[in-house]
Amino acid sequence: MAELTVLTGADERDLTKLDQYREIGGYGALEKARGMKPEDLITQITDASLRGRGGAGFPMGRKLSLVPGPDRRSAPSHVVANADESEPGSFKDREIMRRVPHRFIEGCLIAAHAIQSQNVFIYIRGEYLAECEVLDAAVAEAREAGVLGDVDVVVHRGAGAYICGEETALLESLEGDRGQPRPRPPFPPVAGLYMQPTLVNNVQTLASVPAIVEMGVERYRELGAESAPGTVVYSLSGNVNRPGNYELPLGTTLRELIFEHGHGVAEGRALKAVIPGGSSVPVFTPDQLDVALDFDAVQAAGSYLGSAAVIVVDDRACMVQLALRAEKFYMHESCGKCTPCREGTRWLVQLLEKIEDGRGTDADLDLVTTVCDRIEGKSLCALGDFAVWCVGSYVRKFPEEFQRHVDEGRCPYGGESSVEGVLAPSDQHTHSAMAEVPA
Amino acid sequence: MSDFVAEVHRLRAMYPDGRSAIMGALRLAQERHGGWLPPQALQEVADAMDVTPAHAEAVASFYDMYNLEPVGRHIVEVCTNLSCALVGAQQVVDAFEEQLGIPPGETSDDGEVTFRLVECAGGCGYAPVVVVDSRYREPTRPEDVPRIVEEIRGG
Repeated sequence: MAELTVLTGADERDLTKLDQYREIGGYGALEKARGMKPEDLITQITDASLRGRGGAGFPMGRKLSLVPGPDRRSAPSHVVANADESEPGSFKDREIMRRVPHRFIEGCLIAAHAIQSQNVFIYIRGEYLAECEVLDAAVAEAREAGVLGDVDVVVHRGAGAYICGEETALLESLEGDRGQPRPRPPFPPVAGLYMQPTLVNNVQTLASVPAIVEMGVERYRELGAESAPGTVVYSLSGNVNRPGNYELPLGTTLRELIFEHGHGVAEGRALKAVIPGGSSVPVFTPDQLDVALDFDAVQAAGSYLGSAAVIVVDDRACMVQLALRAEKFYMHESCGKCTPCREGTRWLVQLLEKIEDGRGTDADLDLVTTVCDRIEGKSLCALGDFAVWCVGSYVRKFPEEFQRHVDEGRCPYGGESSVEGVLAPSDQHTHSAMAEVPA
Repeated sequence: MSDFVAEVHRLRAMYPDGRSAIMGALRLAQERHGGWLPPQALQEVADAMDVTPAHAEAVASFYDMYNLEPVGRHIVEVCTNLSCALVGAQQVVDAFEEQLGIPPGETSDDGEVTFRLVECAGGCGYAPVVVVDSRYREPTRPEDVPRIVEEIRGG
């Protein structure tokens, strides 16, 4: 079995307990890091080429070096851990927080030392109640044991908003406002939380840091891909025999992930499509199974590794229905700040509904592509892009299926699609307040 | 000082800027008002936070987990995003609709249960995901639904 760097030891021990974590050398990396000069620590993380695991793949070392040190800033700096995992298909941060909370906290504390900050905020999505309880207990235990030192760690619960996974929206939310993205620049390392220098990193990125400090750059770089060393927790879901989280070296192929670790497509069905990095990224077709799942290779193949959430789609799913289901999510989650995203997602839902119902025309098909073009790159954050990368790629990769809906005036699946009639939260019958409220 | 105000002040003290505590204050107010935020609750939050009621409502209305309408004593949520949809979430929705006698988005007449759809709950590998009173049930199959409803009705 390949070496792990994130979930290490969690199968053998209850690493939610501080003593158990310490028995396998836990918080040793923190001690080592605190004995290092911050700039040397940053150099080490930079040399390890640790890229962000939350979606954008931004090099953590560069982010760290963008935060001004105490001599170049007039305000305190902050570490903000993005634990607002909300990308459909992604459930890795949840497992990390539930099973190795101390490793994640240790990563936060090492990052705090690197930017010489005394403040760590963990923004965890509101739905993750069980995970928040584990994390709260772990923070309390670490505080009690004096591990935190002079660093204050605050666990902040979100309240249900996909957009808060976007770093500037998260900061707005953490400041006590509606979670709407900010224009950039300034970027968070310069003006983030309370407009003060802020490092924002994903849970898994931070949880990867202790291994780098512990193993050293050379050994860490032996794992994974040349351009992106290390391991990553792939979230595998959809029509696959063994869904779940798999921590593997970066650059594992889709074929190995789905057919070796995931034991292949469920019920012996044929593979139709694979979404390689969460619902927002362009879809792959079965001829792309040999793509290595690392940042650069996936991008070269026309998609994004994103949060490394792989969704397997078998031949029973209608791609128009799937597009509609994905788009309703983005429509619901658009924060409403930028017109192209707010109005465009709504328009795409209407067009896709028309096509799925068999009322679509050739002009409607063209309009889907046009609307996608008019949303992409035209909003403050990437939510608008996400909303068109998925749908746009379904149209590009499965043009004949969309065309058949128009030509035949009906869904070719004739009610037999696996995602037939799936409702979305935006479809709920929301009536006015109840007449009587029980006491 | 009321318990609520004292608790909100404790939350405010956790942050360099106390305004950050509004999400926690709203959650607390919701718990104290039977799971939702009537205008009075928003006023209480505004007073304890030293913000306007409009700001409290602006924040509350942005996030899905604050209820601005009454909810039942229990809340049943089914995730219907892609990973759950692909493995039969709609059949689970149908089973709850049949067992509870209400469509998603509604509360039973006796005020016991609110049934609604959510996405994405982050349990994609253990789909379909059902959340009962904030606790995940993963995975939930249509055949599990009668037992869950019985448990809720009995509890």
